[in-house]
Amino acid sequence: MMDVPNKLNLPSYKEQAPDVKARLDELKQQPVVIEVEKLVKEFPTEEGVRRILDQVSFNVHKREFMSIIGPSGCGKSTVIRMMACLEDITDGVILVDGSPVSEPGADRGMVFQKYTLFPWLTVMKNVMFGLEISGKSKFDAEREALQWLDIVGLEPYADLYPAQLSGGMQQRVAIARALANKPKVLLMDEPFGALDAQTRAKMQAYLLQIWEKIDITIIFITHDLDEAVYLSDRVLVLEANPGRVRELVEIPVSHPRSPDQFLSPEFLTTKIHLEELIHPSAEESQDEFEVVKMAATGVG
Amino acid sequence: MSTQEKWFRFGKNLSPKRQRGLTVASFMLPLILWSAISYVPFIWHPEVRISEVGDTIYFDVDDRIDIETFQLENQNMVEAGSVPMVGERVNPVYFPAPHEVTKALYSAFVTEPRRDGEPWFHESVAHSVRVVFWGFILSSIFGVPVGILCGVFNTFSKLTEPFVEFFRYFPAPVFGALAVAILGINDAPKVAIIFIGTFFQQVLVIANTTRTVDFSLVEAAQTLGAKPGRLLFKVVIPSVLPKLYMDMRILLGWAWTYLIVAEVVGTSTGISWFINQQAKYRMFENVYAAILVLGFIGLGTDMILGAIGRQLFAWEDGRRSAFSRLFRKTKPVAAEA
Ligand SMILES: Nc1ncnc2c1ncn2[C@@H]1O[C@H](COP(=O)(O)OP(=O)(O)O)[C@@H](O)[C@H]1O
Ligand SMILES: [Mg+2]
Repeated sequence: MMDVPNKLNLPSYKEQAPDVKARLDELKQQPVVIEVEKLVKEFPTEEGVRRILDQVSFNVHKREFMSIIGPSGCGKSTVIRMMACLEDITDGVILVDGSPVSEPGADRGMVFQKYTLFPWLTVMKNVMFGLEISGKSKFDAEREALQWLDIVGLEPYADLYPAQLSGGMQQRVAIARALANKPKVLLMDEPFGALDAQTRAKMQAYLLQIWEKIDITIIFITHDLDEAVYLSDRVLVLEANPGRVRELVEIPVSHPRSPDQFLSPEFLTTKIHLEELIHPSAEESQDEFEVVKMAATGVG
Repeated sequence: MSTQEKWFRFGKNLSPKRQRGLTVASFMLPLILWSAISYVPFIWHPEVRISEVGDTIYFDVDDRIDIETFQLENQNMVEAGSVPMVGERVNPVYFPAPHEVTKALYSAFVTEPRRDGEPWFHESVAHSVRVVFWGFILSSIFGVPVGILCGVFNTFSKLTEPFVEFFRYFPAPVFGALAVAILGINDAPKVAIIFIGTFFQQVLVIANTTRTVDFSLVEAAQTLGAKPGRLLFKVVIPSVLPKLYMDMRILLGWAWTYLIVAEVVGTSTGISWFINQQAKYRMFENVYAAILVLGFIGLGTDMILGAIGRQLFAWEDGRRSAFSRLFRKTKPVAAEA
């Protein structure tokens, strides 16, 4: 693995073309939307308190697309759920537009890996859910919901129930539902993880289109490195046990993105670098360790 | 069909045709068994109904006696040179034949009460339905909200459920005497028995069902800005409503089972009174008719509620309900990627 870059004679992932560099510099000039400071998460377990996240800090700028990757179980979901205030913060602080968050709110929209459309509401009513909470009249809510459904290309399906839609369509409605609230940030926890490869590729293209069309900051969790490189401006790499920031990688791939870039040198070199950071071998030994521990305690 | 469909396939449904066939059979088999025992003499028919007494001084016409007694008596009489009895083999009086019960299903309704002031059969039935109805409604008015709150808020659950759990082990009938002492001898203590029998189970069942809510839906709603009140009424309740509805159907069945207890509390009333009365007169076909009426009311109510439920919760399998189809037309669209 280590000598692949040499054979291919790839550039370093740190080399940025002028347009990419300009873009990233401009991004870093943008105001900080999310500021995560020394975030700590501990869960009580039978053997005492277990620290899942340790002193995690990073900033997300306005209009940025940031992905978070890391070995499974390193606390990616925990971080994003803490941003949405679905988990309590043990220590540290999360600031959105400068003020600390303490409870869930419409300013941080979320799309989950699990399909979470309300099955008793039509597609349209699902998208209207947040709009009605914000006090919009039924008329306005309907009109805006239709606009959002149009953006994700599902306007003709407005009157159907979620059970009538495919997984990919459901996730598109979920994205429309979250975006309709005009959140400051869209949190996505492996939103395409349950989709087949083909649908997944389509959804990635859709998401990029939407992101380019509207003014939105996205934090996106994935375990698919191609997906991370393809979609992101920057990728936050976490390490496990406890979860710490390993590196914040700037993606040297130019915009607009297209699937042709998957085999470009800068794409490949970045992907290889991310792969090294995640250390799949270390993850395996961790899994073995868990199995041994379970066997020793007689569980499972 | 080229290949024969198998009857036993693990966890798989049979074809609709077979399912319908089996449903019919589940009613036909007991009916066939009952008919066979009623109409085929050698299967059971342990008694003889006397049609001509002959010279016997012990029995009258229409008496039913054991077949052994009948044979012994006739043997004695033949030996003594007297005229033997004549009779036909019958089942005991408490085992009427299907046609007798069928006839009673009609005649019970049109037979005048034996004594003045006693209720007609349909009045007894209505009385029973009323007692169950009020008991169940009152129980639900309190039990459903309490159950839902227990399911949602741990504080509520820990405060009420341990006691409810304990209380539900008191059999409702033990409160009969108490209920009469407190509430008098009219319908109030009967309604109270149904209430006690239903309420405590209801709280626990509804609480448990509420706890099965898919919590990721609640979280999704929270990230859309929903606060606790809206989470409860717009997410938790709608999401578990089909299951709550199913619970209510089952609980209504339980409420019915307490009816017979409730109706003998204080003064005997309703269908139980009718059944006891008819058993006293040895009109067993009326007893069975009354029992069947209970069954028909129970099954009928449940089937109607089931049909309504399938329309109300059509969204569960992505159907549009018949109600909403009345109001708007849908564009038929095929699902894609
Ligand atoms: N409610 C909880 N109680 C105890 N441990 C938890 C809880 N939620 C998550 N964890 C643990 O925290 C770690 C990180 O979980 P998670 O954030 O889901 O990881 P990831 O999304 O990166 O795969 C895992 O080891 C998991 O077992
Ligand atoms: Mg996760």
